Amino acid sequence: MIKIINLKKSFGDKKVLDGVNLEIEKGKITVIIGRSGEGKSVLIKHIMGLLRPDEGSIFLDDLEITSMRERDFNEVRKRFGMLFQGAALFDSMTVAGNVGFPLKEHTDLNDEDIIKVVREKLKRVGLVGVEEMMPAELSGGMKKRVGLARAIVMDPEIVLFDEPTTGLDPIMSDSISDLVLDTQRVLKTTYILITHDIPFTYKIADKIAMLHEGKIIEQGSVEEMKANPDPILRQFLEGRAEGPIKVY
Amino acid sequence: MMREYLERLGKTAERFVDSTGQMALMLAQAAMYAFLPPIKFRNIFKQMEFVGVQSLFVVILTGSFTGMVLALQSYNALKRFGAESLVGPTVALSMARELGPVLTGLMVTGRAGSAMATELGTMRVTEQIDALITMAVNPVKYLVVPRILAGILMFPILTIVTDFVGVVGGYMIGVRLLGINPGVYIGRTIDFVQVDDIVTGLTKSIVFGLITTLVASYHGFYATGGAEGVGRAATSSVVLGSVLILVSDYLMSSFMV
Repeated sequence: MIKIINLKKSFGDKKVLDGVNLEIEKGKITVIIGRSGEGKSVLIKHIMGLLRPDEGSIFLDDLEITSMRERDFNEVRKRFGMLFQGAALFDSMTVAGNVGFPLKEHTDLNDEDIIKVVREKLKRVGLVGVEEMMPAELSGGMKKRVGLARAIVMDPEIVLFDEPTTGLDPIMSDSISDLVLDTQRVLKTTYILITHDIPFTYKIADKIAMLHEGKIIEQGSVEEMKANPDPILRQFLEGRAEGPIKVY
Repeated sequence: MMREYLERLGKTAERFVDSTGQMALMLAQAAMYAFLPPIKFRNIFKQMEFVGVQSLFVVILTGSFTGMVLALQSYNALKRFGAESLVGPTVALSMARELGPVLTGLMVTGRAGSAMATELGTMRVTEQIDALITMAVNPVKYLVVPRILAGILMFPILTIVTDFVGVVGGYMIGVRLLGINPGVYIGRTIDFVQVDDIVTGLTKSIVFGLITTLVASYHGFYATGGAEGVGRAATSSVVLGSVLILVSDYLMSSFMV
């Protein structure tokens, strides 16, 4: 389980996280929603150790990770996988090179065994025969799938997704949500997603948490959130311009 | 008005101290990781090929024309004192001590330094460097160390090539075009040029290799602001790299005379 306690982060005068408290259950899909620029990416970058907080703690089981030295944090990172918004595939490597990269860096597997694992993971995300393609030759949806294959190639305990459906058409978005559900069911991994795609959230979430003005203002299951009368949450879930959240 | 000026000056000074500190930190990290296993020889060779082999054409072109023009100009000057036989040593000494390392440094900074900053900058803004970190791979060890090692190893080799083609270019002009006796040309050159002169040039080139690759890596690694930021990183790396090469050349020359 991941426990985030009173997490605060500012960039210059701008307060981005202002005391985030959140518990993420093991083996479940937690979706963090919120408007663009509300600090969702900043929050998951803290979980991955890409950013360090000004205040607060993050516990991974009993391990406090925010105060860890970089070298020790690397051991924790091996328990994680991450799918970036733009997939962040290495331009200079083939699809197989990208997916097999963590195996090459952290295991003693030979090239033959690595390509076997790579093919299996690519098949799991619905891609066959793309091993030798370069990232520039892939469509947006294919890039996300390859990114997901890379994120799960080491069979991590926790996978983080940064806006997995942004930039995709609705059909591809739906196919990504199926993929998220399928892989999570098979691997029993803890998935943490950030998004502002509401239909996608309703389809996959075990738990939804809404980040607003640097705090988690509401959290609960899909049904609980649908029934929650909070006006900020309602405005966001219903996608209305009028309401307590001001549009600038 | 005065206050605004002072504020701007203060911010510029702060930025300078900040970036110098970050660059020093990057160098210290790179020095540490360079000796920590696992050492990725494949990455180092790839960068050596990029910095060295792919820069050969440009340094051969620069070196040969510089040697040729040096011979032409020094011949015109030395003829007035009846010292045409010193054209060979003039070309060889200028190339070995100064022009070989400096021109190589400037040309490779323009070619490889800008490309390095662009590549790393693109990796930064497309989150590829963050992806490396999330995969528990240290980006300084994986990306910066091979580039700095390639610079330190390949700049001296490129400088030797520049020196050699410069001397050959000078010989072609001095002997073939201007009619200096080839025996005199080569003999005087050997008489005047000492091993120390070549070592001085090669020492400088090692420092230039470090400057070019460190500055390019730093600017690319910390690039921000999308495509514009990547462009800015490439420009800054060439400008700062070139300025630092010229300043450090003066400082080293004043100590090595």
